[in-house]
Amino acid sequence: MFEIAPHVETVVIAILGLLCLASLTRIFLDQRRPAQDNLELKQRIRSWWWMLGLLFVVLLSSRNAGIVFFACLSYLALKEFFSIVPTRLVDRRVLFWAYLAIPMQYLWVWHDWYGMFSVFVPVYVFLFLPVRMLLLGDSVGFIRAAGVIHWMVMLAIYSISHLAALLTLPVLNPAAGYLGPVLFVLFITQFNDVCQYVWGKQIGKRAILPKVSPNKTWGGFLGGVMTVTLCAGMAGPYLTGMSWPLSLAAGAIIAVCGFFGDVVISSVKRDLNIKDTGQLIPGHGGILDRLDSIIYTAPIFFHFYRYVAY
Amino acid sequence: MQRWLKVLFFLLIVRPLIIFVIGLNVFHRERLPRRGPHVLVANHNSHLDTLVLMSLFPLRDLARVRPVAAADYFLANRWLAWFSTRVLDIIPIHRDGHVGRDLMADCHEALAAGDILILFPEGSRGIPETMQPLKKGIFHLLKESAEIPLTPVMLRGLGRALPKGEALLVPRNCDVAVGEQMHVDNDCAVFMSSLEAAFEALVEQCRASAWFDKW
Repeated sequence: MFEIAPHVETVVIAILGLLCLASLTRIFLDQRRPAQDNLELKQRIRSWWWMLGLLFVVLLSSRNAGIVFFACLSYLALKEFFSIVPTRLVDRRVLFWAYLAIPMQYLWVWHDWYGMFSVFVPVYVFLFLPVRMLLLGDSVGFIRAAGVIHWMVMLAIYSISHLAALLTLPVLNPAAGYLGPVLFVLFITQFNDVCQYVWGKQIGKRAILPKVSPNKTWGGFLGGVMTVTLCAGMAGPYLTGMSWPLSLAAGAIIAVCGFFGDVVISSVKRDLNIKDTGQLIPGHGGILDRLDSIIYTAPIFFHFYRYVAY
Repeated sequence: MQRWLKVLFFLLIVRPLIIFVIGLNVFHRERLPRRGPHVLVANHNSHLDTLVLMSLFPLRDLARVRPVAAADYFLANRWLAWFSTRVLDIIPIHRDGHVGRDLMADCHEALAAGDILILFPEGSRGIPETMQPLKKGIFHLLKESAEIPLTPVMLRGLGRALPKGEALLVPRNCDVAVGEQMHVDNDCAVFMSSLEAAFEALVEQCRASAWFDKW
């Protein structure tokens, strides 16, 4: 317990330092302009403390705690999906089985059974759920329900479980330990969200996907991809077993995939005509509003890393 | 003693269950009454409804919050009766009316003592996400004391998590939309239709509600 690899320790301290800075800035703003309502900013920063605090405590305590933690994230994400997308009342029992796929999938991760881990959801769950559905005997809306349920299971269980799988890969960089690659993909993804937003504000003009996400611009996208690629090139050798050229490539992949994850969840919300997916995280919205980019970056980075570094 | 049972039950069982298994999206939480006498009226699709509504109140106010429930169901056997009266602290209503005195005497007493009552004017749980015609009991309860306010609350999704006649609880997030405070009107029909209109307006606030009807 609490054997922290030196590079991970540095990263954790740096992140906590950033959070302190954010909190202090917020307090400073409050005192400079007491009239202005900073409630949302306050909630956002407080939620960041909670999320990162929980993430660090869990991940630093043990590998297995991390696996359970990501299983819980999958569960909350799947629950949120099932609550916003249309499902048939009759499919309640199918949804129950879909939830049961979570402990199974994470069991393969824990067992380090890579073959089963990578086919369980896309093959066995995919084939099983429609069978459970047809036993219910209601074929009205069958195709739509089968499609929607499986898509949600893939996004919430399969994608997110790759974060846990990263924890179980053999350690290539002893200075970064088993946590290095997970922190790398989590923080580069998050940094990408921030960069795309900031660049979009600064130089963004032409909308990249005007119908889905009017706020996303070419300027934001390209600026984000370049900044993130450079930073990943520096952080990669420090936190993972990749050389700097491979880290640059990983950064570019994460930046592009993160963008797509973000807009895919945006399209889901736009289709359902909702602003956020829930109220779980004050100031942020639902858990899917926070995990949207990770859903795309986690599996893609996992397979890239596993292929090039091993 | 009784008060502690209720608080412990909510603190140790109901709240963790609602946070992890249900998950609530509450709209306009600030409209909930701080003190009684007050009546919360809600639509009814699930046994979870009562627990969810009670969990919206801080633990120190919980003793004041009392669900009105059917005696023939909740006092049906000794164990359920113990749980209903000792833990949930319900106000039993004898639907068949054989008791021979004012049906709502207990409710009036509780309101006089400053309690917050939870009432389901649909009567029973019915089909999930479908409103049934409202019963007029709420009007008769409050017509003599029109100064007591009531607040409509719309619950969405609980009927899918645990519908009537099912024992399997399937996790899902649920919406709770709290409406604006209202008062009883002199005219029963006018009051009932304004209450129904208030519920309909609250449906609009719930997340993704439009989809339920299409599927």
